[in-house]
Amino acid sequence: MLDARDAAVTEQALPLPLGSVRFGSRQKKDGLLATTDDTDWADLLVKVRDHQDRAAFAALFRHFAPRVKAFLMKSGAGASLAEECAQDVMATLWQKAHLFDPARASVATWVYTIARNRRIDALRKARRAEPEELDWGPEPEPDQAEVMEAQEETERLGRALAALPAPQRTLIERAFYGELSHSEIAAETGLPLGTIKSRIRLALDKLRHQLG
Amino acid sequence: MTIRHHLSDQLLMAYAAGQLPEAFNLVVATHVSLCDECRARAGSFDAVGGALLEEAEEISMGEDALARALERIEGLPQATRSEPLKPAGIFPAPLADYVGGDLSAVRWRKVGGGVRQAILPTSKDATARLLYIPAGTAVPDHGHRGMELTLVLQGAFADENDRFGRGDIEIADEEMEHTPVALAGQDCICLAATDAPLRFRGLIPRLAQPLLRI
Repeated sequence: MLDARDAAVTEQALPLPLGSVRFGSRQKKDGLLATTDDTDWADLLVKVRDHQDRAAFAALFRHFAPRVKAFLMKSGAGASLAEECAQDVMATLWQKAHLFDPARASVATWVYTIARNRRIDALRKARRAEPEELDWGPEPEPDQAEVMEAQEETERLGRALAALPAPQRTLIERAFYGELSHSEIAAETGLPLGTIKSRIRLALDKLRHQLG
Repeated sequence: MTIRHHLSDQLLMAYAAGQLPEAFNLVVATHVSLCDECRARAGSFDAVGGALLEEAEEISMGEDALARALERIEGLPQATRSEPLKPAGIFPAPLADYVGGDLSAVRWRKVGGGVRQAILPTSKDATARLLYIPAGTAVPDHGHRGMELTLVLQGAFADENDRFGRGDIEIADEEMEHTPVALAGQDCICLAATDAPLRFRGLIPRLAQPLLRI
């Protein structure tokens, strides 16, 4: 077992986590330089899931914890509460890694749902009912094309968000940062959500077929 | 089971954004448990949250944050996959969780005309309740304050506008006047959630409360 210091050193020695698959030029087909780095977060989280890989966890932590902290602060948490909650979110990522299925959602989306639930718990002190869990779950050999599609969705949506007129983008941000009540939320996002819905729907149909 | 009445994009986005009152969360989670279409749509709104998180500016964690996190997970066993809890009765898992069991665990209270209800414990910004309406009985006329969501769990009801069976959700706003009637054949059981705005607190509104406590 690594202790904390060893893991930190390992992580420094591996700025790019060993063995991570890079999507590389696939993400740059629009000819622009990618502004975010193109580490394969799903591969890292699968390493956490299957091998309790601490170096992979450290890489995920360095990327997502500061974002979760920013998300929580924008949602009204003070700096120290946001820091504590970001720690909780990353610990939950470790604990619930067995539920992560890279063919279903991107790592960013998965981390978002954990952070959102932690926010409801911390800031609103309410429970959040979650839908019944389906009898699916990480497949040992997921279809790589499906994984790729799910993982690239976040970046595609990010580009679509950036392309929205500023007022519309602001409305979406305000909704997700908790500045709008549910009756103030506008349903029309202008984002290409239909393709994501269809992908999940297909996966659900496949699952029902297998179960049926 | 064919579900014909679904959640609105507005509700699904508010659910994904974590902006619904607890009672509404419960209705949404219960409907989504029964409806793959809405589960997929909810997933697409979660993805918006993921994209926003990815794009968010970073705010540095404390200096020793990573060391603390690594220390913390050291003592933290990873959960292993267990079979999802699949309730046998008419209540999907999130609702069974709130009720503390299935139909037999509900503590009904009579509200007149054979109709029974049970208020579920949620935060006070909205109220969730189970309704039991004998087959063929009309739900006492009630005006809506704010938004009311009604999800059918057993039997069916119809109003002037449409018919609602298991899994169907009716979204009613303040303007909507309707008199739902439970259809013959089977007693109707619904999960309903209503906004409870502050302006209705106090003695006079309480005296004026309709038969169905809202």
